[in-house]
Amino acid sequence: MTTFEIRGLRADVIISEDERKEILKGVDLTINSGETHAIMGPNGSGKSTLAYAVAGHPRYEITEGEVLLDGENVLEMEVDERARAGLFLAMQYPIEVPGVSMSNFLRSAVTAVRGEAPKLRAFSKELQEAMKAMAFDSSFAARGVNEGFSGGEKKRHEILQLELLKPKVAILDETDSGLDVDALKIVSEGINRAKEANGMGVMLITHYTRILNYVKPDFVHVFAGGRVAESGGPELAETLEAEGYERFVKVGA
Amino acid sequence: MATPNLGIKEHSHGGGLPVSKLDVHGSFDPNDFPKPTGREEEWRFTPLRRLRGLHDGRNIADGVVKVEMSAPEGVTVETVGRDDERLARSFLPTDRVSALAYQSFTEAVVVTVGKDTRADEPVFIRVTGTEQGDAYGHVLVRAEQFSSATVVLEYAGTSIYADNVEFVVDDGARLDVVSLQDWDRDSVHVSHQYTKVGRDAHYRSVVITLGGDLVRLSPKVGYTGPGGNAELYGLYFTGAGQHHEHRSLVDHNVSHTRSRVDYKGALSGEDAHSVWIGDVIIGEDTKGTDSYENNRNLVLTDGARVDSVPNLEIFSGEVEGAGHASTSGRLDDIHLFYLQSRGIPADEARRLVIRGFFAEIINRIEVPELRQRITDEVEEKLAFHD
Repeated sequence: MTTFEIRGLRADVIISEDERKEILKGVDLTINSGETHAIMGPNGSGKSTLAYAVAGHPRYEITEGEVLLDGENVLEMEVDERARAGLFLAMQYPIEVPGVSMSNFLRSAVTAVRGEAPKLRAFSKELQEAMKAMAFDSSFAARGVNEGFSGGEKKRHEILQLELLKPKVAILDETDSGLDVDALKIVSEGINRAKEANGMGVMLITHYTRILNYVKPDFVHVFAGGRVAESGGPELAETLEAEGYERFVKVGA
Repeated sequence: MATPNLGIKEHSHGGGLPVSKLDVHGSFDPNDFPKPTGREEEWRFTPLRRLRGLHDGRNIADGVVKVEMSAPEGVTVETVGRDDERLARSFLPTDRVSALAYQSFTEAVVVTVGKDTRADEPVFIRVTGTEQGDAYGHVLVRAEQFSSATVVLEYAGTSIYADNVEFVVDDGARLDVVSLQDWDRDSVHVSHQYTKVGRDAHYRSVVITLGGDLVRLSPKVGYTGPGGNAELYGLYFTGAGQHHEHRSLVDHNVSHTRSRVDYKGALSGEDAHSVWIGDVIIGEDTKGTDSYENNRNLVLTDGARVDSVPNLEIFSGEVEGAGHASTSGRLDDIHLFYLQSRGIPADEARRLVIRGFFAEIINRIEVPELRQRITDEVEEKLAFHD
C-alpha cells in the first residue's frame, strides 16, 4: 500500500536568470495505490507544471510545500532517486536524446530502477514483448531515444517505459493529447495493464474526457489557477464535458 | 543540441573576404602564397608557431614516416615517384602549406578502383610517423566509372606532416572515405583533401580527429558533372592543449549537385581549441543545388575555446536548398533530466548523452572494427572526465 501526498505545493517557472513566475499556488492532493485521479483543467492552469515540478524538471523551482511518497520527502531526492523510489512521469512532450539507442536507454533505466542488471536474454524477451504490446516494430530498439518519432510514437514510448519500470505512482501528463483512437486504445490498455500488474496509483492529467472512457478514474479534480479548485467522483468529468471550464477560468483569473 | 555558449563566435555570413575568393588563387608554387602572418582570414585561427615551420618552408625533411597499404581484389595500390603523370591533375594547391607539401614529397600512393569494381573490403593506407621531423606525403585515390569502394586513411605516430590527398570519383562511382587522425600527442598535421565528384557519383567522407598537438584538415569538394552527391561527416575530440581545425569547402560549381556537411566535436580541458569553418559556394548560373551544413560542439569543461563559422555564398537564384546551423554549448540539462527521470543516475546519464553525441557520427562508419576502435579511443579520452 502506497500513499502519495502533495501538500501545500507552490512552485515557480524559471523564465530567465532573473525572471520567474509563480504557477502552483498551494496544491493539495493524496493518491493511494490502485487509485486513478484525473486532473482536468483549462490550458494554462498549471497542470503540466505540477507534473514537472514533482518530477524535478530543472526549469521549475518549488518554493513551498511537500511531496511525500510513503512518508519520504520526494523533494529532497535527486531526479533519478525519485524515479528509483517509484515515481514516474509520462511527459506531454517527451524529449529526444540523439544517438542514445532506445534499447540501451531502456536497459540502463531498468537496471537503475530494479537495482540490478537484468539477464540479457530475459530482458531482450521482455523488451520485445513490451514493444509488441505498444505496437512498436522491433527496429525501433536501435533508434535514438524519441529521435524522429511521431507524436504518437513518443507517447507510446512513454507508456512502454511505464510498463517496464513498474512505478508505484505514475503521473501521466496529457498522454492522450495528439493520439488517434487506435493509439489511444493502445496507450490506455498499457496504462490499465500497469495498474493491474502492481496496483499503481495514477495521476492522469488531461484536457479532454476522451481517455476517461478507457482509463476509468476513481476521482476527478478540476485544476485551475494553480490549485485544485474542485474535487469529485467520475460524474464530475461528465459535468465538465457538458459545461466546459468557463466557471473555473474566472476563478483562476 | 545544446544551450548557447559564452563568448563563442557562432555565426557568420562571410566576414571580410568572400569565400569564393579563397579558392581561386591556386598554385603549385609556394612562392605564389605569401608567408602567413596570422592576420589572414584563412590563418587567423591557427597558432602558426605550433605549425613548427610547415607554413614557412622548414623543409629539412628530417622526419621519417612509414606508409603501409592493403587492398582487396580489383583495387590496385602503387607507390610511384613524383613524375607519375596521373598525379596532381585534379587540383591546385589552395594555400602555402599545400603547395609546399606538393613540392616536397618524394613518393606518392596511387589507389585505383577499376571500372565497375565493387570492392567488398576496405583499402587501408596507414601513415605512421616513426621519427619526428617534417615529412610530406601525397595520395591519389581514383574510383573509376561505376565502381564502389571504401578507403581508410590512418595517421598515427609522431611527425610534423603535410600532405595532399586527391579523391577522384568518376561518373556513377561511389567512394567512402574514413580519415582517422590518431597521431601521438606531439604531432603536427596539415592536410588537404581535394575531391572531385563526377556525374551521378557519390562521395562520403568521415573525418575523425582525436590526436596530435595541432591538426588542420581542409576537405575541398568540387563537382565535374550534375547529379553528384557529397557527404562530409566529421568528429573531433579536442583535449587539453590540442588544436583541431577543420575547414571544409564545397563548391557547387555544377547544377543539380547535393552536399551535406555535419561535423561534431567535443572539447575538454584547459586550452582545448577547435575550429570549424564550413564554406559552401553555389556557383553562378547553376540550378538545383541542395546543400546543408551543420556544426555542433559540446563543451565539457571550462577553459576550452570553440570557433565555428559557416559561410554560405550564393551566386544563383535557383537553389533547391541551402542552409546551415551551428551550436556550441554545454550538455543539455533537458536531455539529462529525461534520462534521470527514468532512474538513471546523473553521472551515467551524462555518459550516455556524451556517447550518444559521438555515436551519431561513429555509426556512419561502415567498417565495424574501425567503429569499435574509435569508440574505444573516445572512451579512453572520456575516462578523464568520468
